[in-house]
Amino acid sequence: MGAASTGFILDKLDFNKVVALVGNPNVGKSTIFNGLTGLNQHTGNWPGKTVTNAQGSCQYKGQNYILVDLPGSYSLMAHSAEEEVTRDFICFKKPDAVVVVCDATCLERNLNLVLQIMEITDNIIVCVNLIDEAEKKGISIDAASLSNMLNVPVVVSSARGKIGLDILKEEIFELKYNRALHKTIYPKYIEDAIESIIPFIDNIEGVSQRWLALKLLEGDKAFIRLIAEQFNIDLEKNMGLANELKGVKNSWDEAGITNEMVNDDIVSSIVKTAEGIGHKAITYQNKAYADKDRKIDKVLTDKWLGFPVMLIMMLIIFWITISGANYPSQLLSNLFSYLEKHLLNLFSFAQAPRFISEMLIFGLYRTVAWVVSVMLPPMAIFFPLFTILEDSGYLPRVAFNLDRVYKKCSACGKQALTMCMGFGCNAVGVTGCRIIDSPRERLIAIITNNFVPCNGRFPALIAIISMFFVGQASAFFGGMLSAIILTSIIFLGVIMTFIVSKLLSITLLKGVPSSFTLELPPYRKPQFIKVIVRSILDRALFVLGRSIAVAAPAGIIIWLMANTSLNGVTILNHCSNFLDPFARLFGMDGVILLAFILGSPANEIVTPIIIMAYMAQGSLAQLGSLSEIKALLVDNGWTWATAINVMIFSLMHWPCSTACITIKKETGSFGWMAVSIIIPTFIGLFICFAFTSVLGIVS
Amino acid sequence: MHDIDTLADLAQGGVATVSALISSGGIRRRLQDIGLIPGTKVECIQKSPLGDPSAYLIRGAVIALRSEDSSNILILR
Repeated sequence: MGAASTGFILDKLDFNKVVALVGNPNVGKSTIFNGLTGLNQHTGNWPGKTVTNAQGSCQYKGQNYILVDLPGSYSLMAHSAEEEVTRDFICFKKPDAVVVVCDATCLERNLNLVLQIMEITDNIIVCVNLIDEAEKKGISIDAASLSNMLNVPVVVSSARGKIGLDILKEEIFELKYNRALHKTIYPKYIEDAIESIIPFIDNIEGVSQRWLALKLLEGDKAFIRLIAEQFNIDLEKNMGLANELKGVKNSWDEAGITNEMVNDDIVSSIVKTAEGIGHKAITYQNKAYADKDRKIDKVLTDKWLGFPVMLIMMLIIFWITISGANYPSQLLSNLFSYLEKHLLNLFSFAQAPRFISEMLIFGLYRTVAWVVSVMLPPMAIFFPLFTILEDSGYLPRVAFNLDRVYKKCSACGKQALTMCMGFGCNAVGVTGCRIIDSPRERLIAIITNNFVPCNGRFPALIAIISMFFVGQASAFFGGMLSAIILTSIIFLGVIMTFIVSKLLSITLLKGVPSSFTLELPPYRKPQFIKVIVRSILDRALFVLGRSIAVAAPAGIIIWLMANTSLNGVTILNHCSNFLDPFARLFGMDGVILLAFILGSPANEIVTPIIIMAYMAQGSLAQLGSLSEIKALLVDNGWTWATAINVMIFSLMHWPCSTACITIKKETGSFGWMAVSIIIPTFIGLFICFAFTSVLGIVS
Repeated sequence: MHDIDTLADLAQGGVATVSALISSGGIRRRLQDIGLIPGTKVECIQKSPLGDPSAYLIRGAVIALRSEDSSNILILR
């Protein structure tokens, strides 16, 4: 079978064993996955599904294992895309072992999933994770008794402290098949029915007959058809089975047993079994184990304090980012201009043609230098701060606080989470919208994600704020003032998100808010060192690398445009002159608009393009400090009003090309991509136009 | 006119037992999956600053539900 049909990124060869990782969301499944595979991992999508597929490999005692990190799910019965991927993988791909990762602080609910998976397969290992968190709360887990009751190996782990990973590997290595597992007992009428239809069910290798019987009794037609596709065994065409099933259903009809009652009884039996096992295996030494969390919640989601705290946290994060980034930015900028002199000398020493050396140094080098010195410091500070907030469990509380507003806009509270992801990168935010179950609400979240300024945009916003609005204020107040202005701009983006969500809900995406459940996970103390290393390596450097990859060729192209003349006028001037009258309507100029257009591959290069274009026109020889750049901008006609228009347009214009491609991928439609481009562009232009017109009238 | 109490009527700090679910389809399954079946003890631990949704302690986990959904869950106090 090819990769496309199996969903495998890595090859499943005979000598490889496949281990699937399953678990509820927020149980530290990814940490276990990372702990087992290290850096040997690949991510992609499940074929035909917008569900992430992460695979990795590891070796233990000479055996090679492929680990598959299945999407987080609470159950296998509610039929979300994630749950279907998980169920189908366990059912059809016959993994050699299924590791169900559970949260020790909330084991009973996690057992629900364990019991459901035990219906499908025998090759199961239970990994009770976050045991350290549970101990802190005075919850103790009797792993031996749990293992006895389920007749399944149980490993206790604290993924954060790396306890238990070796034992887990050993259990996977030693896993014995065909054991008699604990089975959930259903009400008698269901058990009788299972017993009566089982003899008629075809033997399908690796799929439990009891489980198939349950699916038939539940009337899960879609799944039965899937079985027919996968194994070429159509249970619906099995006449003996059909007759027996009909008999059972008839007798149920007579007894007044509806399909819903059957489903309810099946779920209830599993939940009650989990409860029974939980009572024996879990002891709460401290009944008030969650009091601390409740106290924190009382503050963070309080009627009066909830919103101020949110605002203050945002201000503090931006303030630390701005003040902290100031000095290293300056340092990097000095370093780059020092290196530039030496590079120039080197090129002239090597007698390189002037055309080549200027293109490489003034075009490529300067653009990359700007991107690195302006972007790296704020990212290296913002990403770790944000990851700490993320790891602590605060973000779901933000969604909880704001949900009412989203509901008023007929959208989903989880959109708050996808907006937070958008701060890092809008493409990530768009992909993150998968957590929203309702397709309509997911589209709203995707289309509006661009109203959150991503990391490519807010360093430029910070630079403009410090140049035009903070001026000579002292470092402390300057930083605070910048943070306040930046927060206001983001606030404007949030308001626009709400307005556009509401407008979409009454026009293109008509509908009412759907049901949703939002888990507020326990607060966790973030691991600061790990967070800093991980977020700088995984996020900041990754984003920076991508920006440099775009900035380098863009720098050359823009230099060529600025230095190639047609009829005595540079191509850059031709283009900017062409755009100029249009751009003036919105309080900008042709160069700025051209920079936004050329900056489509990545927004971080918009500012360097503007600077370079002005420099090519003017006589400034050296790219220096912010005050020199401000002088350059002012020379080219910038006023505080221009600065405001540029910031508004930066916040609200078309998404960058990466985000556009992601929107197309996630929605499967060019139409929605077009909508996501048109809406913010129109709004941005409209606000700039209105602002400029009003200013024109006032003065 | 509250002859029958629903989870939405439960005040902050209130504790009750689920007696039945009225919702149907996907959300019914979702609610059952998080452990909301007849007999389950539920505590309303926090209302969001704007009054809705509310966070409930259900089998050791804290889950937020909108009033539209919690008003489809019948309770006994």
